[in-house]
Amino acid sequence: MGEFLNIFIKSAFIENMVLAYFLGMCSFLAVSKTLSTATGLGLAVIFVLGITMPINWVINELVLIPAELEFLRFILFIAVIASTVQLVEMLVEKFSPGLYAALGIFLPLITVNCAILGGSLFMVSREYNLTESIAFGLGGGFGWFLAIIALAAIRERIRYSNVPPAMRGLGMAFLITGLMGIAFLSLTGIDPAVFAGWSETVAE
Amino acid sequence: MAESTEIRTGVVAEPKKPESEKEPIFGKKEKILITDPLLDNNPITIQVLGVCSALAVTSLVYPSLVMAVAVVFVTAFSSLFTSLMRNIIPKPVRLIVQLVIIATLVTLVNEALKVLAFPVYKQLSVYIGLIITNCIVMGRLEAFAMANKPWRSFLDGVGNGLGYGLILVAVGVVRELFGKGSLFAGSPIAMNIIGPSNDTTQYWINTAADSGVGTWFGWYANNNLMVLPAAAMFVIAVFIWIQRSYNTKLVDAS
Repeated sequence: MGEFLNIFIKSAFIENMVLAYFLGMCSFLAVSKTLSTATGLGLAVIFVLGITMPINWVINELVLIPAELEFLRFILFIAVIASTVQLVEMLVEKFSPGLYAALGIFLPLITVNCAILGGSLFMVSREYNLTESIAFGLGGGFGWFLAIIALAAIRERIRYSNVPPAMRGLGMAFLITGLMGIAFLSLTGIDPAVFAGWSETVAE
Repeated sequence: MAESTEIRTGVVAEPKKPESEKEPIFGKKEKILITDPLLDNNPITIQVLGVCSALAVTSLVYPSLVMAVAVVFVTAFSSLFTSLMRNIIPKPVRLIVQLVIIATLVTLVNEALKVLAFPVYKQLSVYIGLIITNCIVMGRLEAFAMANKPWRSFLDGVGNGLGYGLILVAVGVVRELFGKGSLFAGSPIAMNIIGPSNDTTQYWINTAADSGVGTWFGWYANNNLMVLPAAAMFVIAVFIWIQRSYNTKLVDAS
């Protein structure tokens, strides 16, 4: 349990997908104009990331590595992600048509959200086990959710400020994200496990 | 107004022409497909597509250049193949078909880089794989290649890849020059531009106190902020600022 929480907290705050690795920027910048759509997209990302990560782990460990087919990794991972997103799209359309209309093109674009595929690729390169990859998926998604909500809230406020015309909208979004990224840098190197006494040694 | 929305979305409807009329292979319309995405409809600063990799790989010029070439290759050929198959792809599964095309091309690039330039491959790590999810590729397939003929789609792919590469290399130049004082580090044409020379490295502008220009440039120090990924955000924001100041049509109304 300690290990699970450790990776969850680490991937949500210390190694935040958006603010530390800058993954999933396209939809992060484009859908963060209002808080409500940002919340919907954030929840969808948590869901997709949480589901695809363990599936991709199973495919990678039980199919690709024993059969020595690692070069097929990209194609299989993206196929899993695309079908999961299609599933989410159908569910959202059925249960929440308002959210479906609000998300528009960005729901299918979760497929090409770098955070999802990037998460799976990081999982492979960091050699996580199944529990760890579930924690990484949920934590990474939660971190992405928090970041997009924060940016959307700031952008809603900044509409009342006197920004130079050429910087309105996109320009300010880039600047704010950069500043948030620098703020999150101060968290690097913290090991939650050591703080909470789950582990005695400092992990690298 | 209609013209400006056309520029924004980049969707250009295919003109209906009688079959007999001959189309030039590289006419005015084809030229626009290449030049438009370079500035007025740039994938990064206007369409906001493909930002992720722009931030992660641009701390040095050489990896950004390699990345740009890889992306041009993938956008151009995925547009070509998608456009060739556009009439036989069933609508509901088109995303998956497109992704398989892109993933195949990216796998090719990945394997080729592993053989040809292993150090850069190591440096780019997961970001080569992430070309698959680079929104430009998918965005152009959806917006253009699914509705246009192969040759035009190919050119559109090349143009958008180049527009992306242009920003990537520009950000790379700013970040490497001010962050490390060098250009093209790691490549055969590595250049050391500014910094204090010592026995192992010679800089063009020597800022060491005992040199000629050192008395004038002795205060100069590398800006470590530029090495951080966040700096790419600021550099792109400045590019957007400059571009939108010149072209006020692009200013965000909301």
